[in-house]
Amino acid sequence: MSKVFIALQTNDDTRPIIEAILADNPHAELNEAPAMVKIDAEGSLTIHRNSIEELLGRDFDLQELHLHLITLSGNIDETDDEFTLSWAN
Amino acid sequence: MQIDLRTVAIRPKRQTFSHIARRQGQDKAASRYQEATLDLQPTANFHYRPYWAPQFEIFDSRRTQIVMKDWYSFKDPRQFYYGTYTMARARQQDAAESAFEFVEDRGLIALLPESCREQALQVLLPLRHLEWGGNMNNTYLCAYGYGTAITQAAMFHAMDRLGIAQYLTRIGLTLSGPDALDTAKTAWLEQAEWQELRRYVEDTFVLDDWFELLVAQNVVLDGLLYPLVYEAFDDAINLQGGTAISMMTQFMRDWKTETNKWLDATLKTAAAESPDNAAQLAQWVAHWQQRAQVALAPVAQLALPETGAAVLEDIAQEFSARMQKLGVRAAQTEGVAA
Repeated sequence: MSKVFIALQTNDDTRPIIEAILADNPHAELNEAPAMVKIDAEGSLTIHRNSIEELLGRDFDLQELHLHLITLSGNIDETDDEFTLSWAN
Repeated sequence: MQIDLRTVAIRPKRQTFSHIARRQGQDKAASRYQEATLDLQPTANFHYRPYWAPQFEIFDSRRTQIVMKDWYSFKDPRQFYYGTYTMARARQQDAAESAFEFVEDRGLIALLPESCREQALQVLLPLRHLEWGGNMNNTYLCAYGYGTAITQAAMFHAMDRLGIAQYLTRIGLTLSGPDALDTAKTAWLEQAEWQELRRYVEDTFVLDDWFELLVAQNVVLDGLLYPLVYEAFDDAINLQGGTAISMMTQFMRDWKTETNKWLDATLKTAAAESPDNAAQLAQWVAHWQQRAQVALAPVAQLALPETGAAVLEDIAQEFSARMQKLGVRAAQTEGVAA
């Protein structure tokens, strides 16, 4: 298995997103860089809309993720509720 | 000479204010909501006790029967502080404004069946005065409540009530004219259908216990009235071709769904704190629900002449189920809707 990752800017908006990703993916590793965080995960990484909404306290569209996205790796499987990175294909 | 450029990560020494850090640790960044909420209320060194209630300090947690170890365990799931609150409402105001404009521009009022217009005026307009009561009560909550987590949300709630009263006024002006407002006021003061509801509202003005007031006004009365007027009555109006009215009351429906999140979280937290709290809440809910159903029965009849009683009964059952789910175990109430 190889690693997937997602890198996001660090700002007020992404803090709850990052927190939600880490809570949903216990196997993920957080690497903090200046103004950026990179989240590595073995195999796959899933971002759930409702856990972000819970932390954010408002409705969240997973597309909003792209405003803060720096880069990512892995095949993307995207629905309204989930955003999954993996090397499954 | 050679210059190497490299980035150096500088970790801030403190992620947040010390009073927040004492709650959640030094290394965690706090959200704006937390910083604008936690431990903001003064708790010590009050010099003078209020003349009108010398048994209490100016801010005193003993003004209610509800006992909490930590009044900041209440959280607003919407995470509203002044900034987010005003931004959210400004967006909604824009939407409401464009709905009103659309209705006015396209002359949709002229297309309404007369019976429909008349009924909307009769049912919606007197509620302006109820909304003003909601404003008074929530301002009281803000003044005498304890802990910024509750009081700031109550203040926002109070302002929302004024906003809703203004929307209702505007509906009256759009549907008819300034005279409709006077007619509605007379109905609120004199028409038999509204008197029980007015008594309920005026009785809540003199409640001392602010948490009981929160239950009586925001949880029970609104919890039954809003589904009745802004959902069931709205559906009935729509069936008669009154979509224009529905467009103008959109804010109330959105607002109720949104504020229910705050109220549910508040009740759940209070009930989970201790069995005493849960029992006290259940007793308040039972008492006020019974009164609210009596008060709303004639209004339901006015709004839905054929199905009113049955609809109110359904709403009451849904409401009881919601309370059960929150851990407020309401005692058995009699079916008083008829």
